[in-house]
This record gives sequence, structure tokens and C-alpha cells, in this order.
Amino acid sequence: MSRGRIPHWADVTLVPLASVFLAFVISGILIWAIGESPWAAMKLMVEGAFGSSYGWGYTLFYATNFIFTGLAVAVAFQARLFNIGGEGQALLGGLGVALVCLYIPWPHWSLALIAASLGAAVFGAGWALIPGYLQAKRGSHIVITTIMFNFIAASLLGYFLVNVLRPQGAQDPSSPRFPSETALPKLHEILGVFGIPFSTVPPVNISLLIAVGMCFAVWFMLWRTRLGFQIRAFGESEPAAEYAGISPVRITVYVMLISGALAGLMAVNSVMGEQQRLVLNAVEGAGFIGIAVALMGRNHPFGVFLAAILFGFLYQGGAELALWTGIPRELIVVIQALVILFTGALDNMVRIPIARIFAMRGAR
Amino acid sequence: MITAWTASARRSDPRMTQAQTQAMRQDTAASNAFAIELRGISKAFGPVQANKDISIRVRRGTIHGIVGENGAGKSTLMSILYGFYRADSGEILINGQQTDIPDSLSAIRAGVGMVFQHFKLVENFTVLENVILGAEAGAMLRPSLAKARGLLKDLAREFELNVDPDALIENLSVGHQQRVEILKALYREADILILDEPTGVLTPSEADHLFRILRGLKEQGKTIILITHKLREIMDVTDEVSVMRRGEMVATRTTSETSPTELAELMVGRKVLLRVEKTPAMPGPEVLRVEGLRLVDAQGVERLRSIGFALRAGEIVGIAGVAGNGQSELLEVLAGLRPAEGQAWMKGAPLPLSGPDCDAQARRARRIAHVPEDRHRRGLVLNFHAWENTALGYHNDDAYNPSPWKMDNAAIIRDTQAKMAAFDVRPPDPQLKASGFSGGNQQKIVLAREIEHTPEVLLVGQPTRGVDIGAIEFIHQRLITLRDAGAAILLVSVELDEILSLSDRIIVMFDGRIMGERAPDQTNAQELGLMMAGMA
Repeated sequence: MSRGRIPHWADVTLVPLASVFLAFVISGILIWAIGESPWAAMKLMVEGAFGSSYGWGYTLFYATNFIFTGLAVAVAFQARLFNIGGEGQALLGGLGVALVCLYIPWPHWSLALIAASLGAAVFGAGWALIPGYLQAKRGSHIVITTIMFNFIAASLLGYFLVNVLRPQGAQDPSSPRFPSETALPKLHEILGVFGIPFSTVPPVNISLLIAVGMCFAVWFMLWRTRLGFQIRAFGESEPAAEYAGISPVRITVYVMLISGALAGLMAVNSVMGEQQRLVLNAVEGAGFIGIAVALMGRNHPFGVFLAAILFGFLYQGGAELALWTGIPRELIVVIQALVILFTGALDNMVRIPIARIFAMRGAR
Repeated sequence: MITAWTASARRSDPRMTQAQTQAMRQDTAASNAFAIELRGISKAFGPVQANKDISIRVRRGTIHGIVGENGAGKSTLMSILYGFYRADSGEILINGQQTDIPDSLSAIRAGVGMVFQHFKLVENFTVLENVILGAEAGAMLRPSLAKARGLLKDLAREFELNVDPDALIENLSVGHQQRVEILKALYREADILILDEPTGVLTPSEADHLFRILRGLKEQGKTIILITHKLREIMDVTDEVSVMRRGEMVATRTTSETSPTELAELMVGRKVLLRVEKTPAMPGPEVLRVEGLRLVDAQGVERLRSIGFALRAGEIVGIAGVAGNGQSELLEVLAGLRPAEGQAWMKGAPLPLSGPDCDAQARRARRIAHVPEDRHRRGLVLNFHAWENTALGYHNDDAYNPSPWKMDNAAIIRDTQAKMAAFDVRPPDPQLKASGFSGGNQQKIVLAREIEHTPEVLLVGQPTRGVDIGAIEFIHQRLITLRDAGAAILLVSVELDEILSLSDRIIVMFDGRIMGERAPDQTNAQELGLMMAGMA
């Protein structure tokens, strides 16, 4: 009722930018308070993340993860389903990738990529299907069930790594290395084809292109297909969807399948593209970052893309900060948390003043 | 509802000329005859001017009606008087005293009481507890309760305001709940009582009772402001009436010297047909038949009890009843939104009332269209563009889906433009969100969608609720046109006038049962009112 009217363009650009700005200002005060220079820290972060193709490579690698998990949350949210289970779905996706890469011999990476993507998507979707079905049929709240399924997924993965996948005699709870035929082409190889030089170190790989493709695919699905129409109608108003003859059960299950598949696909980047083996913490919290990415990206695929780049920057820039300054690692997490807090939770704090400014301009 | 976002700091200059001000000062002595006087009240919500320079005088000890279409600014004006909003400019005088009303507490202190359209009662408190709520004298309840009990007894004797003081609100009928609201105001020693659309939820006999109470209060010297859009009530009960249109006060009349036709014209700003013009129906063959329909809700309450009737092509059957007697449920069952027991046939072929083939899509496939009672909740997705709403429910149509995996948005937009033109939707912009249209235009979007698919059966709930008079006329004509084209129409409305003027047959429902059937020209509001109250 008391929502101000802001032009759409301002809602999608001005509000998140102002939120990020505020988060940076407060982070700056924090850095200043522990006796470091906020200006130097900012410069280091930006240079570390964007100053070289090395930095770009890492930023984009992290961003790839966040695009997948961010899309997963965004798609579910279009149906007003809050999928907190991206972490678990991505872990299961990792298991799918590992099984495909380890147990089937692949002649070429391209075939392995297709099969591993399918494996990741199917495992991720399967893991989201159970909470989705419980929500649709039994009304078990999806937030609760998906959170619980994160823990189950972690335990399940631990079991698989220790008891099934771990090579004889190894101390480390991880799978053996994948065969070299399944190694994905890195970005420097792809750019090399066009004669563009790029750092060979960062793990950014062909999954980035899949992630970008997924942004387009999700956008097309949501705004150009019948399924997307039904998902959005259901999300905006369940009684109206019911009136239109859209089955809530079916939409809930479909959306969770798509969401879980997207989260699962993240493993292609991290497990197959980077580590080439499955480890316990393969997802590294990207499932949760996906929630922030979706919030900040306004649950729109293109917004998710931009927000994912920002969080990639925070990850990579933050790592540089921890490496080169006396700023403790924990403070980087605080900065990331501030961005999440401002863009996600305190959205209206920024929106209301902006709405007021627009109202004043409109009245003049 | 008006969005309450912070208005701009814009304050228009006091628009009164010096001469006007002086004139007003001169008759301050005489103005003691006025319980309420508003001078030059203006209120803007952002770019929307809800009240424009409104001046009105309400004589003490009279019933003063305020009429106007939805969105004319009646509720805003009363909210200013009750301290919910602050006027951007203007003055409020109560009993000749200039009064500042920053919040509702000040309004109560100034002797203004308000009875809201949607009651503000605690359901599981007793009548007595609700009456003293917020007006307790001291930390202990007992003295207040005793005082209230005595007062309630007096009021009941004086004004026919009898309610059991120890009854729980949830066990009271709507009419009795409203009396509790009035008692609350009187307990707070209100001299001026504002009632906002008080009869919307009442049966005709309950409404008559309310009017007797109001007349009694008037005789005791209370001043009453009655906000309504029902002209018949204005004519029945008020002494004076003020008409609002688009935020402005357009006229004030002595009720005995005006007529419903004049008031309607003032409200709309042009001539209006209050009666629907239609030719006698020429009913064709039976289209829809229902037998032994029974619905039990989740709480185990029987909502529909052995309902049976038939609809024929080319007729409008109206279902009259006080809200909450099963009409809404009947519509939902027929529209496929709720499974029920019983049998139904569409043109002789069975129509499943439960099971997997019973949903809104299946009904549309059988050419049963539905204009739901609540267009905000069901009929529209408010956050969707008009064109997306045009596809709602028909999103599987071949015309919208030339290829199996892509919706043809451009085709839907073209179709929306055509429908908007046919139904005179304003503004005719398919890209505007549904929430951006007025109530009447929203309803036209829904009606256009359902009617233009040429259904054989149209289920319509409250077609003109919250719709302005101009659009009401249009909507009624469209329904008659659809009937004359051979469709069977089932009309549910709580507006008895609407039922009487549109229907070819009238079915009255009470407590989930059909009380009987009448022909509109052989019955009247009194008889129907008795049947609606379960007394015939």
C-alpha cells in the first residue's frame, strides 16, 4: 500500500546502485576504523579484480558460479517460491558431474560437457523435486524443507566421498581426478582462437558461456513461453492462476525442477571446470550467495548477470585484499555481508527516499 | 484504495479571497447551527488531487448524506475529518470552533465518531469488551465494564440498539456487529457520527432497522454523516445531501427538493439511465443443469445444500442473497474452482464437479466463462500488463500459440487492442499494468476477455462492484447484448436493484439453500428481502 511509485528504470538501476554505494561507504568506515586506508583498499580491490586479465579471469570464474545459483533462486522466486536449497542442489549436481566423468569413458570434452551438464541438471533437479513435491502436495513450507535438504545433501556427499568415490588408501575425502579428456577448455584457449591474449592461470572456462546462455534461456522461458506466463501468473497471484486454470501443483513442481537444475549446473563450472575432482566443499557457499545475487538482480536474468559480476568482484577483490593488506579475511566477509544486507534486506530504506525524490519531481 | 505514500510538500495557497474570508467570519455566529464546517479542504496524493477546495456545512441534528462515485474523494474527506490524513490546506470547524485534528484520538475528543465499512472489532472479545477497548478508565477493567453495561442498557432502550453485551463478536450477525460499532462511538460520547457505506453488508430489513436507529439518534440531537452510493438510501433517510465528483463538491441539495435522477446526473456529470433497457427474454433450450449440489468446506460447514436449477440459452438468471449465503461458493463450484458433490450437465453431457477434469481450463473448454466476484484477487493479475491479463485463462488458445514453445505476444497485444476498443477501456493501452486502471476499466478488461470468447454460459459475480455509474450502464448493456445473442447468464449480486433490473428469473439463496424463484415483474424488494433473510 505504501509503496512509492518509481519509474521502472530507476527501480532496476538506481535502487541497487544506491544500496551498493551505501554498503561500500560503511565498509570504508570500517576499514578506516581498523587503521587502514579505505581508498587504498578500494583501489586494490578494483585493480585486483579488473586490473588484469588474471583478475578478470577469477572474477568471471566466481561470477559463473553465481549466475547459475542466482538464476536458480530468481526462477523459483518468479513463482514466489523461496528456494534456499541452491547449496544442496549444487552439491548433488557435483555428484552428478563426478559420476558422469568418472564412470563413463569420454572420447572428447564436448561430449563429456553435454553429459556432465545433463547429469548435474538431473541430480540438482531431483534434489529440488522432493521439497517441491512436498510443498505442492502437502504444503510443507519450501524454505524449511530446502534448508533441511542442504544438510542432508552435505551428509550424503560426505558418505559418497568417503565410502564410494574415495580411491583406496587416500586420506582426503574426495573423488579421484577426472580423466584428462573431460578437462574443459579455459577461457584463454577460447579467446586464443580469436588471437586475444588472456591469462592462463584463472580457472574460468567454457561454463561461463553456458551461464550467459542460461540467462537468455531463462529470460526467454519466463517472458516468451506459455510455461513462463503460467509461472509468473502463479507467482503474482495464486487465486488468479487458479481462476485461469493453472495447476498450482504442476507449476510448483516444474519451477522447482528448473531451479534445481540451474543450481546443479553450477557444478559443471566448479567441479568439472576448476577442480577436476569432487571435494567436500565443492560449492563453497555459492548456493547462498545466489540468494543475494537474485535479490540484487531483481529476480531478472539480466539483473542476475550483473549482480553475479559484482559478487565475483567482491570475491576476487576481497581475496586480493586479504593477500596484500593487513585487513583480515573476516572483514572481507563483512563487506560482502553489508552488500547483501543493503541490497536485500534494506531495499526499502533506499527505495522510499528515491520514491520521495521522484514524487517531488513529479509534483513540480 | 488510495495509496498512502507521502505526498509532496506542495501546499497550495489558501484559495479564499479576502472577501470570502470576511463573509465567513461574519456568519460565525450563525455557524453555531453547524456541527461541522469544512472550508477549502484540499488533499493531494502525489499528482492525484483527491480533494479539491472542498467546503461543506453539516447542520446540527440532521442526517447529511454524501454521495459520489468510487474515487470521488468521499472517503478521503471523511478520513481527514477523522484524523487519518491531514489536509494540505483548509480548515475544520466543529461546533463553530476551529479544530485541529492530527489523529483519530483528537477526532474522538472533538466528538466525532466513525463507523467503518469494514468493522474494526476484536472477533473473540465480547460486545462489552469491544465497546470499552481503548477507552478503559484506569488499569482495572471492572469499573469500565460496569459503566459500559449500564450505558448499553440505556442506549438499547432509547434507540432500539439492542445487542447482548456478553455475546462474542464472532457469534453476532453483521447487522449486530455494526450496532456494536455505533455503540463504541456513542460510548466515546460522539455527537457527530460518520457512517461509511453502512448498508453494503446488510439485508434490506437490517438496513431499515439501521435507519430507524439513525433517525432515533437524530432526534436526540446527534449529527449523522452518511456516506453511500445508494441513492435510494439517501432519499429515504437524509435531510440534506452533498454530491462529490472527481474530488470536488459539486452540489448540496435539500433531500426533499431533489430526485435520484438529479443526484445521479450530478454524480456522473451527465444524464444516466437508472433503469436497464431490455426486451423480454426469449429463452431457448436448456444449457446448464445442476442437481443435488452440496459443498462442505474445510471446517466441515455445509456451504451449499442440495442446490438444483437449470439455465436456458438467452436468459439471465439472477441469484439474490445477502453476502455469505453460498452464492460465491456456487459460482466457484460451477467455474471449476472448487470440487463439490452433486451432478451437472452442460447441454445434456455430464459436467464433472470434482476429480481431475474439474478445473477452470476444462470449464472454458466447455464454453463456460466466468467473471469472478473479486477481480483484484482472481479476475486479474494486478501486476501484469493489460495484454497479459487478456491471455489469462486463455493462454492455451491456438491463436496465442502458433508454435508449441513460444507465445505470440504480439498477437495477444493486437487482440487486447481490439477488445479494449470494443469495450471502450480507458486508457486503451495494452502495456499498462492492470493496477493502473480504474475499477470500471479493470472490470471491462475482465468482461471483454470473457465475453469476446462468445461463451455459452457466463457466470458473473458482482459485475458492478466498485464500478462507477457510467461503466455500470455499459456493463449492463453488454450483459443484455450477450443474452440476446443466445448465451445463458448466471448473475450473482448483492445489489438487489441490479438483480431486479437485469434478471429474467430470480433465485433467492439463504444459508446455502435455494429459498425460491420469482419473476422480477411479479416481486419486489420487500418480498425478496424477506426471502433473503430466510423468512419466506
